[in-house]
Amino acid sequence: MSYVKSLKAKECGAEYPIEPRTICDLDFSPVEVQYDYDAMKGKVTRQSIEAGPQSLWRYKDLLPIEGEPKTGFHSGWTPLVKADRLAKKLGVDELYIKDDSANYPSYSYKDRVVSVAVTKAIEFGFDTVGCASTGNLAHSVAAHAAIAGLDSFVMVPHDLEEGKIVATRSFGPQLVKIKGNYDDVNRLCAQIADKYGWAIVNVNLRPFYTEGAKTYGFEIAEQMGWQLPKHTVVPVAGGTILPKIWKAYQEFIQLGLVEDNKPAMYGAQADGCNPISKAVRAGEELFHPQKPDTIAKSIAIGNPADGYYVIQHIKESGGYATSASDPEIISAIRLLAETEGIFTEPAGGTTLACAIKLIEEGKIPRDEPICVCVTGNGLKTIEAMDGQFEHVEPIPAKIGDFDAMVNAMKEADEPAPAATNA
Amino acid sequence: MPESITVTIPAALRPQVEGSESVTAEGDTIGGVLDALKAQYPSFGDKLFPNGGEQMNRSINVYVNEEDIRFLENMDTKVTARDQVDIILAIAGG
Repeated sequence: MSYVKSLKAKECGAEYPIEPRTICDLDFSPVEVQYDYDAMKGKVTRQSIEAGPQSLWRYKDLLPIEGEPKTGFHSGWTPLVKADRLAKKLGVDELYIKDDSANYPSYSYKDRVVSVAVTKAIEFGFDTVGCASTGNLAHSVAAHAAIAGLDSFVMVPHDLEEGKIVATRSFGPQLVKIKGNYDDVNRLCAQIADKYGWAIVNVNLRPFYTEGAKTYGFEIAEQMGWQLPKHTVVPVAGGTILPKIWKAYQEFIQLGLVEDNKPAMYGAQADGCNPISKAVRAGEELFHPQKPDTIAKSIAIGNPADGYYVIQHIKESGGYATSASDPEIISAIRLLAETEGIFTEPAGGTTLACAIKLIEEGKIPRDEPICVCVTGNGLKTIEAMDGQFEHVEPIPAKIGDFDAMVNAMKEADEPAPAATNA
Repeated sequence: MPESITVTIPAALRPQVEGSESVTAEGDTIGGVLDALKAQYPSFGDKLFPNGGEQMNRSINVYVNEEDIRFLENMDTKVTARDQVDIILAIAGG
């Protein structure tokens, strides 16, 4: 039995049956899945969730599927790392990294939304799934289509990192490179969804797809021992995940599974694509679209469809937003790797770099629990690290050469002897 | 002299224009074309510009030759019959 009630317009509240619908006919606002929370009371409990599988499907009662999952059997339930070494470095008391660089099978948070969307696509009777993507979504759609036995068409900007292209193509989708940026790809996909009878997961299945992102927030709460971090720093691209982590926290509060500690949400963007942080910092309700130019390609969306709601949730929750430069993003990637052993993509570097800036600005206090959302893996974007490391000259396989190398390193580390006057 | 401009309509909005995939409206700017569209389909017009305001519904984006009008001259963007004008829903997440 499912607890799903209807699709409800985010603004005017009109309700619709569960169908592939994205907007309300009356005010064109997005529609969102509604659940019967009263019926869940006493049935959806900490115990019922803990008894579920070690995947995002442990939260199935709070997801919009009717039957059994069709994919994502090993997606989600990623590590929540208590980042003590990084916390010490940043001078904060309690810091967590929610690490979706370890998400399966495509190493980004997209495996959550796609698990739900592909399952829903099958329930609706689609045989082909697709997406408009900055890379991670394409990778995930291709993987889950392979798992579920569907055809897939994935549309990406022409200049994506090679790692993402190869990893995606290995699953056998039809990959289409589009001349243009993500926003061009997205516009085209809206037209493709209209013309072809496919489930474009982030276009015509969007209300179901986005619900999968809630599982990221559910896991943070459960893995913190059924409590919420006071401050959550989230990367912002199209605007899916921040409002959905917020919704996850609110649903757990409503069901009495966690205490309401008034969690605050913070948005992280790259300087080269920061329409949301700009609007938040200027106190504006609406953002101005931008043409992205940043190494953080997975979050290079200059015209974020859900940007308005991101701004709203940041404001309502008492959070804030900022953006980071490309060099700050790279430094943060290295800092996270060196202190916590997590190698993230530039989007993750952006989130940590912005968290650091918000802490230094005094927007996030140092003595309250902070969660930084790392949503993708660095192995897919190694081009971003070009020029970061010195060339390593090979040495002969002889112990003498190794000794000489170690001695040379020691000498380089020692301070130069003071010059003596003859 | 305003020309007759063809505007494509996304599937989700076609019920607003009697199911048509595209409509024609006269105007020499996007603002003019949308005004003409409002006159033809008053109920659609009220939703495109809620509360009788100047601000277009934020769920709707308008493109001229594949470019968002917010990167052009917005409502003052000039159009002729040779231009491709598309109404696209703002839905995204990559």
